[in-house]
Amino acid sequence: MNVLVIAEHDNVVLNPQTASVLGAALQLAEQADVLVIGYQCEAVAEAAARLQGVARVRKADAPHYAHFLAENLAMVVAQMAGSYSHVLLPATAFGKNLGPRVAAMLDVAQVSDIIEILAADTFVHPIYAGNVLETVRCSEPVKLVTVRSSAFAMVPACDAVAPILALAPGPDMGVSRFIGNELPHSTRPDLAAAKVVVAGGRGLGSHEAYHRLLDPLADCLGAALGATRAAVDANYAPNDYQVGQTGKVVAPEIYIAAGISGAIQHVAGMRDSKLIVAINKDPEAPIFEVADLGLVGDLHEILPQLTAALCR
Amino acid sequence: MKLLVPIKWVVDYQLRVRVREDGSGVDASGLKMSMNPFDEIALEEAVRLRESGIARELVVVSCGTAASQETLRTALAMGADRAVLIETDVLLQPLAVAKLLKTLAQRELPQLVIMGKQAIDDDANQTAQMLAAMLGWPQATFASKLQVTGTTAIVSREIDGGLETLELSLPAVVSADLRLNTPRYASLPNVMKARRAPIECLPAAGLGVDLQPRLTTVRVSAPQPRPAGVRVDSVEALAARLREALGMGGEA
Repeated sequence: MNVLVIAEHDNVVLNPQTASVLGAALQLAEQADVLVIGYQCEAVAEAAARLQGVARVRKADAPHYAHFLAENLAMVVAQMAGSYSHVLLPATAFGKNLGPRVAAMLDVAQVSDIIEILAADTFVHPIYAGNVLETVRCSEPVKLVTVRSSAFAMVPACDAVAPILALAPGPDMGVSRFIGNELPHSTRPDLAAAKVVVAGGRGLGSHEAYHRLLDPLADCLGAALGATRAAVDANYAPNDYQVGQTGKVVAPEIYIAAGISGAIQHVAGMRDSKLIVAINKDPEAPIFEVADLGLVGDLHEILPQLTAALCR
Repeated sequence: MKLLVPIKWVVDYQLRVRVREDGSGVDASGLKMSMNPFDEIALEEAVRLRESGIARELVVVSCGTAASQETLRTALAMGADRAVLIETDVLLQPLAVAKLLKTLAQRELPQLVIMGKQAIDDDANQTAQMLAAMLGWPQATFASKLQVTGTTAIVSREIDGGLETLELSLPAVVSADLRLNTPRYASLPNVMKARRAPIECLPAAGLGVDLQPRLTTVRVSAPQPRPAGVRVDSVEALAARLREALGMGGEA
């Protein structure tokens, strides 16, 4: 097995989900290579080189990789993929955007969002919003796979440092251009990696109530904030808070679902949490079917009391 | 400009499929089928571009059995000008769908392909990116805002930390996320009219595309049910259990 992991980063910091993808890679082989594509991303390459099990870091560094445009990145990955049995990407917006473009260039199928590796060619992944788990066998010469990071343990950093090999950059395809982004700074932990998530649904009633009731609880627990699609659509919370089939998939130690009814599309994004707590005024809400602890009642009373009880 | 919107017909989002007892697949027989919700959003966006005069023709396409014509009729009722069914009984995987769409895109020469970011059955999230690669076109996935000028598309994309805006040279492929728009309901007169509209049927077998699935389903199963939870009857009881789980000790 010869495994390549595509690193996700922002040119400065290696996204921790890369360490989980590497965890998956090390189930396939004793060592794996990591590919870092970016601009002035030396610090990222160095961080990748310190992860346990990394054989080599390969780095393509050029101005036209500064914003990770799929057209340019796919050229680099497709060029290298032929010498690997497996190419693994995180099943994040970054990996979902890039992986299939590479797959098509190689004329291979992609296996999306794996949660388990049964053999070098056999993977388990959820379909139908997580209501069905499908085991698939992939006989492609290069197995291109996106990995659900919450399903694999992160590999730690270690003392050994892998060599960093610079690659000649590929072409700038020149067909797309980065204009800007809005990445609101948050002091809270990353939703995908947080140990505790406090999530709100339509039951919160308003943007104001969402923050008035959930922020203090999240602050005191050091938790990330999450939301349902309905709450995001109603502008209670920004889009990157969305947990579910089409948002983020999380598996924290504790998931507190406040005012969330429990639509299958939402449950798909949090059902692997260790402890699920549901607070809802409707005793029949489907969220109670997946909750380990349930409390029926009015959020507006319960949440301040709970925050006071936990955080005084 | 011409727009192409690919559409998948899937089990309705409110329904739950069953896993066959022998683990060989899912049983969707008898379940209501609908347009994939993300494709519906893509179609709505295209209809709006058509209505605003930016686009002069909107073509919809679906790949699958003859039964998929039903979703094409819905698309015609929502405002598509023309519908194509690429017909096959083969159970298509995203790579094959992208190849079929590529042949149609090469015939129709749209300036923009708008499609859903994922189908809610296989949840693959692949076809738009694959199609863009095969055509050598730029891509903007997970679009929450789309602005089309003569030669470019400016697209806001939902990414993990927030939003990103890209400018793509046309022709291009855009995949729609949830917040791009809210799709309309087709009016009854339009639904009636769409019933009689012609649909072009292209046998997939004649397009010279390898349709065989590259991934083999070994088995399917239902996820492990979570053990039954408990209801607590007071905030104090909940706080005590949470304190335990958080390792905060038992002191009140």
